[in-house]
Amino acid sequence: MTAPLLRIEDLRVSFATRQGQVQALHGISLSVSPGETLGIVGESGSGKSVTAMAAMRLLDRAGRITSGRIAFRDTDIVAAPERVLRRLRGAAMSMIFQNPRAALNPIRSVGLQIADALRAHRALSAADARREALALLEQVKIRDAARRLDAYPHELSGGMCQRIMIAMAIACDPALLIADEPTTGLDVTTQKAVMDLLSQITRDRHMALLLITHDLALAAQYCQRVTVMQHGRIVETAPPAELFSAPTHAYTRALVAASPTATSTLRPHAAASPIGKTLLSVEHLGKTYADGTVAVADVSFTVAAGESLGLVGESGSGKTTISRMVCRLVDASLGRIMLDGDDIGAIPAADFHRSPWRSAVQIVFQDAGESLNPRFTAFDSIADPLRRLGPTRSREIAARVAECADRAGLPTALLHRFPHQLSGGQKARVGIARALAIRPRLLVLDEPTAALDVSVQAIILDLLDSLRRDEGLSYLFVSHDLNVVRMLCERVLVLQHGRVVEQGTTTEVFARPTAAYTAELIASIPQYAGARVTEAVPTGN
Amino acid sequence: MSSTPIAGGWRQSLFILRANRLSAAAGVGLLILILTALLGPMLSPYDPIVSDVPQALQPPSAAHWAGTDQLGRDVLARVIAAGRLDFAIAAAAVVLSFVVGALIGGACGYRGGRVDRWVGRIVDALMAFPLFVLAMAMVAALGNRVENIVYATAIINLPFYIRFARTEVSVRRHATWVEAASACGNGPGRIVTRFLLPNVLPGMAVQISLNLGWAILNAAGLSFIGLGVHPPTPEWGIMVAEGARFITDGKWWLVAFPGLALMLSVLCFNLLGDGVRDMLDPRMRT
Repeated sequence: MTAPLLRIEDLRVSFATRQGQVQALHGISLSVSPGETLGIVGESGSGKSVTAMAAMRLLDRAGRITSGRIAFRDTDIVAAPERVLRRLRGAAMSMIFQNPRAALNPIRSVGLQIADALRAHRALSAADARREALALLEQVKIRDAARRLDAYPHELSGGMCQRIMIAMAIACDPALLIADEPTTGLDVTTQKAVMDLLSQITRDRHMALLLITHDLALAAQYCQRVTVMQHGRIVETAPPAELFSAPTHAYTRALVAASPTATSTLRPHAAASPIGKTLLSVEHLGKTYADGTVAVADVSFTVAAGESLGLVGESGSGKTTISRMVCRLVDASLGRIMLDGDDIGAIPAADFHRSPWRSAVQIVFQDAGESLNPRFTAFDSIADPLRRLGPTRSREIAARVAECADRAGLPTALLHRFPHQLSGGQKARVGIARALAIRPRLLVLDEPTAALDVSVQAIILDLLDSLRRDEGLSYLFVSHDLNVVRMLCERVLVLQHGRVVEQGTTTEVFARPTAAYTAELIASIPQYAGARVTEAVPTGN
Repeated sequence: MSSTPIAGGWRQSLFILRANRLSAAAGVGLLILILTALLGPMLSPYDPIVSDVPQALQPPSAAHWAGTDQLGRDVLARVIAAGRLDFAIAAAAVVLSFVVGALIGGACGYRGGRVDRWVGRIVDALMAFPLFVLAMAMVAALGNRVENIVYATAIINLPFYIRFARTEVSVRRHATWVEAASACGNGPGRIVTRFLLPNVLPGMAVQISLNLGWAILNAAGLSFIGLGVHPPTPEWGIMVAEGARFITDGKWWLVAFPGLALMLSVLCFNLLGDGVRDMLDPRMRT
């Protein structure tokens, strides 16, 4: 084996916080060989991003490397003076970030930004830099590259911005590319395109890639070795095949089990409570915004009592708009929304808070943290719908809040806490308890697990599934994650550009997609093709 | 309801004040000033209004700690008595402009549209005036009374509150938790008053604290130029104005003590601002 390109030995990093020094990395060791792709997988707070930042010594002011060694080729990164590091960064090792749009300078054209990256390390004339920037744009497969060179970041899509970031990162032909969650927040088809591009570029240029991700399947699909991190420690490092077939550590096993896959279901859908009569019937729904943009066009579907319907699509497909219209938070331009035979779509959204139907339809939002009033305690958040729509006696309210918190698995002791004092999973439980409190008949779930770690996601999905069965609720489940939809929904509706592309039972659609778009979506889901030993019936931790 | 901003208790406030020693010192200083203003007149042996001409213009001594003025009144007694009036004017004016400003600004930020644009233009026009001149004009037109000083001070402070509340509310207006509030059956009125404005409060608290100092200066300034409280009434601005005539004769205490009281209270309010914001923001609680 050749000498490693990057070697980290017993690295410890701590951060100065209000509560004193907090250790983020507890002595991790890893190495990346030239041309190798190493994936680092972990949940939030596992220290995977800190590792990447430390490797380039880009930790923010509060962070400090307390001990350990980082060697890049012959350079001691920990001890090297800033002048030496500046020569390395961008030229020998470069990085791409999670949110490409935020990482680009909004007031400078992308061509100039790529030229900046080039001219930071090489003496090039402006014209030469521009020529090279154009060549780079072509390499990252941006269509119509000559025209895009003068575009500003806001004129480009998220996927295109990430390609620009990749172009900047590879501009000086680095030996090591660090990608920190490069596709988080991108649509699944865009994710596939970006990842395919990254793996092709690193292969062609014999570049080493350090891929940091929360998605085990993604890492397994694109990396030669995968390192699993938890709480600032490395739990295990193995080739993907071994990791999936024989995970040695309990945490890896739990992670493998929690990651939804193409075949996992929570429990057989057949066991769901018998589907009742139609509860929600949406007919020819349309939404056109004031500027003429058509967000939703002629969408019709039904949800029976006790049924769970998945609404799948990428960003811009109109799925969120549909969920808001069904919830009566946004007015529809066309069509009818019938709930139990009554046209609730006829009541303007501005007045719907007074309508008796308000309590029948409730919603669980995408980012639970965002959906809670920062100045309400968990108790107040859950009690809010009860105070507005339910019993007025405070003793009844308190009893119902406690009951809902219990149903959502939120410990009573946490009820007096504010959102910022709760973890992501706990906030999700508050959001669910709030939606349940008023005993709705239809629950709209807008990507309720998108902001959660996979292990928490598995627990919340399991909770949602059992709640539906126990309370006889109907779900309208909005998601971009097809695996998650498969786990929870009997039927699925695939949307593209505001129109229904395909609908049917989940098993049917996934096994034999009729629309080309559906097939593309399914093919884009990152998955590890190798054998799986554990099938996912997630267990709580 | 534990959504009230101060909930979370004294222990938390003390913790924050310990981290913000300057704010804590300012708070203590203010407490002393306000308590003196409230209780002082009862403790002081001298009457702040009745003149005692034989004792006129005496320098600070054991009997008169801050000396006496041209009518033989004890300067310290007058400074203390004046504190009551000045604090009351400032507090009333600031509370008035805060409540009215937050409601108008909150409504504009939430609704947007034409009303918002019109209110915005009116606020712009108000802010284009030299504010002190505006206050002078209002007191001159409405009459030389304490209420009118309060109204004038409130109105010139109003634009800041409207702007602040409007901006902060419009930033949060599309937050998911506002949508969630609507799904829970809250109407626009409740969303503004119970959800949006409490979230804006920490930022406004700083403004309130700074404004209190400014309002004191404003009230004193109006009296100083003769547009405010009538002469026998003790008030810092008048005392400085009256004392200014004697300063060339070396009778410095007539101006120095009311001026010092004015400066200290304004300074304390300004320093307190940051501490107040930390105290009201639940995100600071850990």
